[in-house]
Amino acid sequence: MTAAVRMLRETTKSDTAQPIVEVRHISKRYGSSVEALRDINLTFPTGQLTSLLGPSGCGKTTLLKIIAGLLEPTGGEVVVKGKTVTGPGPERAFVFQDFALMPWASVLRNAAFGLELQGIDKKKREETARHYINQVGLSGFENRYPHELSGGMRQRVGLARALAVNADVLLLDEPFSAVDEQNRRKFQEDLLRLREVERKTLIFVTHSIEEAVYLSDRIVLLSPRPGRVSEIIEPHVDRSGPPDLIRRNPAYLDTVEEIWHGLRDYAD
Amino acid sequence: MVLFCLAWEVAGRIPINVAFPPFSDVVAAFGRMVADGSLPSAFLITLQPLVIGLVVATVIGIVMGVGMGLRDELEWAGVPVFVVMQAAPMAALIPLITYVYGIGLTAKVLAVVILALPVIALNGYKAVRNVSPSLRAMCRSFLGNRRQEIFKIVLPDASPMIFAGLRLGISAGFVGVVLAELLITPTGIGDLITYHRSIADYAEMYAVIATIILFSAVTVGLLERVEIALFRPEKKEHSA
Amino acid sequence: MTIAGYRIPPLASLILWAIVWEIVGRLGLVFLFPPLSHVVMELGQVVGSTTFLNAAIMTVKCFVIGIALSIAVGVLLGLLMGRVDAADKLLGMWVNLFVSAPLSALVPVIMILFGMGESTIIVTVFLFAVWIIALDTRAGVRDMPPSLLAMAKSFGASRWQVLTKIVFFAALPEILAGIRLGVIRGVKGVVIGQLLVSIIGLGELFEVYSRNFLMEEFWALTLIVFAFALGAAELIAMLERKIDFYAGVRHA
Repeated sequence: MTAAVRMLRETTKSDTAQPIVEVRHISKRYGSSVEALRDINLTFPTGQLTSLLGPSGCGKTTLLKIIAGLLEPTGGEVVVKGKTVTGPGPERAFVFQDFALMPWASVLRNAAFGLELQGIDKKKREETARHYINQVGLSGFENRYPHELSGGMRQRVGLARALAVNADVLLLDEPFSAVDEQNRRKFQEDLLRLREVERKTLIFVTHSIEEAVYLSDRIVLLSPRPGRVSEIIEPHVDRSGPPDLIRRNPAYLDTVEEIWHGLRDYAD
Repeated sequence: MVLFCLAWEVAGRIPINVAFPPFSDVVAAFGRMVADGSLPSAFLITLQPLVIGLVVATVIGIVMGVGMGLRDELEWAGVPVFVVMQAAPMAALIPLITYVYGIGLTAKVLAVVILALPVIALNGYKAVRNVSPSLRAMCRSFLGNRRQEIFKIVLPDASPMIFAGLRLGISAGFVGVVLAELLITPTGIGDLITYHRSIADYAEMYAVIATIILFSAVTVGLLERVEIALFRPEKKEHSA
Repeated sequence: MTIAGYRIPPLASLILWAIVWEIVGRLGLVFLFPPLSHVVMELGQVVGSTTFLNAAIMTVKCFVIGIALSIAVGVLLGLLMGRVDAADKLLGMWVNLFVSAPLSALVPVIMILFGMGESTIIVTVFLFAVWIIALDTRAGVRDMPPSLLAMAKSFGASRWQVLTKIVFFAALPEILAGIRLGVIRGVKGVVIGQLLVSIIGLGELFEVYSRNFLMEEFWALTLIVFAFALGAAELIAMLERKIDFYAGVRHA
């Protein structure tokens, strides 16, 4: 199966890949003084994982929330599958930095919540939710509550919820920043495996260079105050081997080093 | 607890004051009043305005509180009024209520309402304002409409604080009803206190007062149990 | 709230309600509400009278003594409960009971034990205010970051130094919050106490006004008492804001 999947990926990676999300001249101001984003132009090809990487204050989360339709841009537009974004839509699903799980609801209900809001009947939505709870490696925890889970497990619920609504684009806002290091690595590996199975387009916000290089097909580097696109990097890391090998791959290490040199000027 | 009762017993026996009976006398008085039915019947009378007043205050308070939390113009018009009402000694109005509504049930219900309403409404308001913004964003990003956002996210997330307001409202309601019975007309518990004081049955009087204080504490504690049983599945099932 | 781009301060709504009150009063719909303007005019009359002055002096005196006592006892009790587990176990239940108990039922007892005079009012204020102060102080002490304690000890602070230099200041935001709530409760206590004793101070005035249907005087007196309550609470709130910077940092 993996061979076939990889072949498919090779073809989508070619230059003819249709952009599923286009960001056109997006700018965002808060009040009159703070300029968070200035004239951002980006395309996100179908089926790829693109990271938005940059130091804090570069507006990467703001950009992601504008794509999600949770924030209104001051200028410009976002086009998803040919349609201009005016708010959240069924083709996009969001994974939150702080998980945004309902503490009063079980894992199962949390994972099924997107479907619940669509009015899908209980039996059907729980069946779908169970499938994705299993996919993210949480089967057996369906009736637990969020406070009984570790940070990593909670974010897996958040991911299952986003997968369950079957959106084309997953928007992940620093999903692993509240997860401890070991679990983060495991989760990153699982995410790579999952995207081969689920065939989604992923837009991923992170401040970790290693994480971005490890996961991404493309990395968009943003510079701070105001946020602008400073560089787009395609790491070309061969991810066919075992995870530990990837992290020792020279291409991986070189890219991390290269990005760090580009970013070190912004360190406080 | 035992220590406290012992200290009371000793202090009563010394005696510090003629009007300070030992603990055992108070317990005996409690037994006498339960046996002759005066205490239970007084409680029934007192509970009537209390329950009516609390139901009224709860319904109005939660509706207004949630409304103020959700809508800016209601917040603007309502919150300052309730803040003043909560900070001010509303008990000062009880004599006024008496002389307008007479000495009947209405006046006592009103006394309960004016004391319990502000804290219930303000807690409802704060609860809605403190709902996690990320949960609300989550609901919107998964295409929840306004109705779903309110009923599936805002109200459940606000419910612990709303219940905290209800507990405060209940204890304020007890204050209201006791004050009303002491100030307006001696009926129920207030009558028992006034009567036994006037004939210098101090043990009986202490028993009545201790009972009403304990009763209010038990009611508040009971509400907490009900809240956990009905609304907090995550607290009930796995944690001890 | 904003209308047409202008921000209207929240307190402005009180002015709106004052106008509503005035209109209701002028229409004479409810006997309870004389027009606000009449009440305000009566204010001068009430404040000028010697009975009011005497009552006010007595009330403020009782209030200040009662609050001072309850702050002293409440903070000490709270520190004790926060630092000593045995004290917490012994007293916690009672403090929690009394903080929400209908203490007005106790006033008749206080009247018997302390007579019908000022001491009864002082004790009432004390009883209304002390528990919340103790409870909040305890919460402040319990919530303080343990690393701060460890830091003080590692630099060789004595128990007394830990208490006065670390614990007290770490808990200060909660202590002040408790005192503010205590002050609000204390005002209620002073009013309830005087109403129940009803032969002294403002309680006597309230009694006289409402018995004789002097609505304007009654409301004027009520406004004064309300203003006093809010003013006292606001005073503490100002203190709280002064130390807000580190209260905010700590809870972040």
